[in-house]
Amino acid sequence: MNSPHPSRSIGTLACQRIDHVFDAAFGPAGNPLRHLGALGFLFLWLIVASGLYLYAAFDTSVTGAYRSVAWLSHEQWYLGGVLRSLHRYAADAFIAVTLLHLLREFLLGRYSGFRRYSWLTGVPLLWFAYASGIVGFWLGWDRLAQFSALATAEWLDRLPLVATPLTRNFMSNAAVSDRLFSLFIFVHIGVPLLLLFGLWFHIRRISRAEVFPEPALAAGALVALLALALVLPVTSQGPADLSRAPGLLALDWLYLFIHPLMYAGSPGALWALVLGATLFLLALPALPRPAAPSAVVHPDACSGCRRCADDCPYAAIAMVPHPDRPGRELARVDADLCAGCGICTGSCPSSTPFRSGRALVTGIDMPQLPLAQLRRSLDEKLAATSGDGSIVLFGCDCGPRVDSLAGADVASLSLICTGMLPPSFVEYALRIGAEGVLVSGCRAGGCAFRLGNRWTEERLHGAREPQLRAGVERDRLRLAWADRGEENALARALAEFRTTLAAAAAAAPLRRISVRD
Amino acid sequence: MTKLIKWLAQGLLYALFALTIGTLSGWPRYRHLAPDQALIRVSLSHEGKRESACRRRSPEELAKLAPNMRTALDCPRRRSPVTVAVDIDGKPAFSRVATPSGLSGDGASNVYQRFALHAGQHRLAVRLKDDVNSVGFDYQREATVDLKPGQVLVIDFDAEKGGITLR
Repeated sequence: MNSPHPSRSIGTLACQRIDHVFDAAFGPAGNPLRHLGALGFLFLWLIVASGLYLYAAFDTSVTGAYRSVAWLSHEQWYLGGVLRSLHRYAADAFIAVTLLHLLREFLLGRYSGFRRYSWLTGVPLLWFAYASGIVGFWLGWDRLAQFSALATAEWLDRLPLVATPLTRNFMSNAAVSDRLFSLFIFVHIGVPLLLLFGLWFHIRRISRAEVFPEPALAAGALVALLALALVLPVTSQGPADLSRAPGLLALDWLYLFIHPLMYAGSPGALWALVLGATLFLLALPALPRPAAPSAVVHPDACSGCRRCADDCPYAAIAMVPHPDRPGRELARVDADLCAGCGICTGSCPSSTPFRSGRALVTGIDMPQLPLAQLRRSLDEKLAATSGDGSIVLFGCDCGPRVDSLAGADVASLSLICTGMLPPSFVEYALRIGAEGVLVSGCRAGGCAFRLGNRWTEERLHGAREPQLRAGVERDRLRLAWADRGEENALARALAEFRTTLAAAAAAAPLRRISVRD
Repeated sequence: MTKLIKWLAQGLLYALFALTIGTLSGWPRYRHLAPDQALIRVSLSHEGKRESACRRRSPEELAKLAPNMRTALDCPRRRSPVTVAVDIDGKPAFSRVATPSGLSGDGASNVYQRFALHAGQHRLAVRLKDDVNSVGFDYQREATVDLKPGQVLVIDFDAEKGGITLR
């Protein structure tokens, strides 16, 4: 059995530790750290919704900008003021979860191979997020806006982009024109549209991308921001006056940290820093990393059922006309997108160990762990167990090490991902002598290949094709999700399952007659 | 973990999230300029004089040109760089030579510099040279200014207002 158990980086272990803290409070499926992208989308929708109202009340003129925004906060605090605060805090939350999302994916090493496209399309979105966010601060045209606009102009002027320096627009109150505010609005609304467009590309190669968190998480995040908006409403910091330098400022560090950074060094140094950081992030996918072999389609065994294309977490499988069977389709794997997880093998109805052909050939298979090898390993390992009361333990290379739990009555098999397990293998294991089957893998929401444990659970519970047949006794099957390093938890689940099976066997000694018997 | 403790833990983490967002959205306060300081911005966008004057082409030169290019005068487009120097209280504070913008060097020369100084009375001397063919500075202005804390003084150039302006 192939069981590489790839070594894990400090970053991965750190993420797992933090995840487990949040898992304890939210549960693995509702852990916000496992849904940072979806939370980002939620905050973006909130920004758009609150922004629509603010735009309706906004006066795009030099004198009107400050007045209209201040009016919202003071005269209409119960609606306009709350929406203004929500708009700002949602923007802050958006950039915070975006940065955390980036950091998390970096620590987990998810930037190369089949994830290269998502990474490369995600990095430029940071520029869009910051551009639209920073310009948003200028719309209120208060002292913070004055400081930020001038600092940004000084920074942009470092590059020879325009014939007349941008700073010339802010040298006196008279130099600031109404048209400038129309430009600000254009950028503040136009760049987020580009951001949305870029986000569409970003999730293009992820099937079933989560663009909205689960209701409980969404509600919790919204209530938190609403409470913040009510307790700490956002207010303007006095009207802009270009004849005076702003004094003490309540700076939004999530967006505007670049200004103090620039003044601590120089505009050129800041350019070097941000361009260097961007190039570093864009270059990460070029680092050499071993690529997993991609799935292989066997045209003779492929029925064109589309289940593999539906279940692939990375949209790596497309259906094309079958070359030999007119009117039928054939799966085709894009090797560049394939994660090599084997979830497609688990979804294939041909992936059944009961097939009587000389060689077990399925419609779509993994070169590093062919289904025939999996069946052979199952046969051999189960035969090597003590016999009565044997348990087959299926796990995955990313989850807890099932090899460490192998014993006299336990046949352990580690798959690439638990999602690779065809439900018929559970039935097969029970038929050839196993007393029970324990299926393990990463915690909910923590699958290294996104959907492996979700699809496995749905297939085994009969909610997704291919299903575990109704005739299979469900009390002889147990699921136990745990992360790598939680072998003790899995061992406890195994012991508890063993006890349950023994009790059931004692109660009905004749009910289980296996092939081996 | 019991359900109640889970709810409390969730509430605590949501509160921590809101607290983090609320804190970073305005704290710690940032002071860009010390309370007793004023700011001088030198901001100029000025086109220097042409580096060389127009000259009349000779008949031989005209003959070498394509018929549609045979204009009698040859006027080089390149402009002079603009040199700006600022002295504060008799000491040189800033000096820069700005090359003209544009691929042909025929655009405006841009200068921007900001520096903070203690509020109070200061003697400013600003000099500007915009012609490579002239000797010394073409424009000069000296003034005593009384800068209040936080005040911004902009040194600019406006030919219609007589050259160097302080506002």
